Amino acid sequence: MTEGVAMLETSICGLKMKNPLVLASGIRGNSAHLLIRAAKEGAGAVTSKSCSLLPREGHSNPTMVDKNGVMLNAIGLSNPGVEEEITEISYAVKDAGVPIIASIVAFSVEDFAKVAERISEAAPHMIEVDAACPNTHSEGRMFSACVKDAVAVTKAVRKATKIPFSIKLSPDVPNIGQIAKACVDEGADCITAINTVGGMYIDAYAKKAVLHNWFGGISGPAIKPVALKSVYSIRQAVGPKVPIIGTGGVANGMDAIEMIMAGATAVGVGSALVLREKAFSGIADEMRAFMEENGYSGLSQLKLEK
Amino acid sequence: MSLHIVAKITGVQKENEIVSTFTLDAKLEGKVSPGQFVMLWLPGFDEKPYSIAGVSPLTISVGARGPFSNKLCTMKKGERIWLRGPYGRGFELKCRRILLVGGGYGFAPLRYLAQLAKKEKISATAICGARSKGLLMKPAVCETIFTTDDGSEGMKGNVLTAMESLLKKEKFDIVYTCGPEKMMGAVARLAKKSGADCQMLLERYMKCGIGICGHCTCGGKLVCFDGPRFGYEMLDNPEFEKVWRDKTGHKVNL
Repeated sequence: MTEGVAMLETSICGLKMKNPLVLASGIRGNSAHLLIRAAKEGAGAVTSKSCSLLPREGHSNPTMVDKNGVMLNAIGLSNPGVEEEITEISYAVKDAGVPIIASIVAFSVEDFAKVAERISEAAPHMIEVDAACPNTHSEGRMFSACVKDAVAVTKAVRKATKIPFSIKLSPDVPNIGQIAKACVDEGADCITAINTVGGMYIDAYAKKAVLHNWFGGISGPAIKPVALKSVYSIRQAVGPKVPIIGTGGVANGMDAIEMIMAGATAVGVGSALVLREKAFSGIADEMRAFMEENGYSGLSQLKLEK
Repeated sequence: MSLHIVAKITGVQKENEIVSTFTLDAKLEGKVSPGQFVMLWLPGFDEKPYSIAGVSPLTISVGARGPFSNKLCTMKKGERIWLRGPYGRGFELKCRRILLVGGGYGFAPLRYLAQLAKKEKISATAICGARSKGLLMKPAVCETIFTTDDGSEGMKGNVLTAMESLLKKEKFDIVYTCGPEKMMGAVARLAKKSGADCQMLLERYMKCGIGICGHCTCGGKLVCFDGPRFGYEMLDNPEFEKVWRDKTGHKVNL
């Protein structure tokens, strides 16, 4: 049996990871110090918060609330802009010691190409394209809402950079597998799924939605079933070779094992960072314990049987 | 953790030219310590973090300095405020002889700490500084030395002037400080030289308040989640006393 650490090794797009746990985008922000910290805490790879072409203030508060682990956020994609993010990513690439995934966001296909080209200057190991943001040229629909728009973004980013990239998809569609397959066919190297699930909290006393933006995205353990179904559907659609970063509600080792069984190559970790102590090292230890107990020596053996 | 609770304002006290201190009828869950904060929400407007300045009744001191705090400061007894919390890690009350050093409305959580110290029979001395008389906070329940930059009340000079002369006469086990960051840095260095321990409260632009979004980072630390109470480790933090992040996350020099 493979001893200790090695049993959790995986790779996405040729990037070796000591474990499959990836700091999810939007958690812990844009700063290099926090990305490096996640790496030190045991993440196998880290993703930065999405950066856009120009700085964005995002929405007013409340931007994120938590009710018993069912979190809802609409930060509004605040970020200091790609110019400043290039410095942060370059610093993280140099110092983190794990693969750095730079997340990008834009509100038009053209701007996606521009941000992808600019962030490539920082030489991240990989780029993640937040396709779940609204397309201002398509009645505010998410780019990932239909094959046509998702493909348009994929093609534009593919042309703009040589760095491997992943398309991050929203689960709020009936055909996530089909959309993922179309992106892969047009040059996406990887799929990240899922983004948050659309939702809303209301304060009855205030007679208002809790989030300043009214709508937001749900995260936390509540969305794990949605994530598992999405990842499974994507795996069926894209075949066995395309890497998938399965993200959504993973809070312990068993969640991560299930995500890999659903078809994920790597596993995103987000809300767990505030729901428990030592999220990365703890989840990795729990995965290892399950695998040892059940006679697995590598992640590739974690498969569903019909 | 839950969502917001609704609180009624039971009293407003005008402390000085810019600070109003509110008492609210809300009860916070669990053990609360000075330095922890709540997110105050005015529905449809905005939500901001405020240090807890007392729990029975829940007390919050607000300095009018931006759109949100200015709006808060116009609110009257009987009106409602929404809040969630308490969040973060507050001061740890320990040792026998403690010194509290506050600048401006940073003195509010220290006054709460002085109340707790009194209950625990811990001997406390406070230094409360401001630019001028009109910006001074009210005294704590322990001996309070006032300083103003212009000498309009109390000792002329800043809190460091008072702290230096106090340290010549007395020895303290720990110094608690809250106020402008550069002041806290100077207080901490002075405390360190005297052989005392030190805890300080940091402030940054906060969005989520619960350790997720990373916006309030200071050199890899999350002010809302790891703090806002920090110790001497901050003196080695690459962004302490130097960098602040605005609403976009853009770095601004302090």
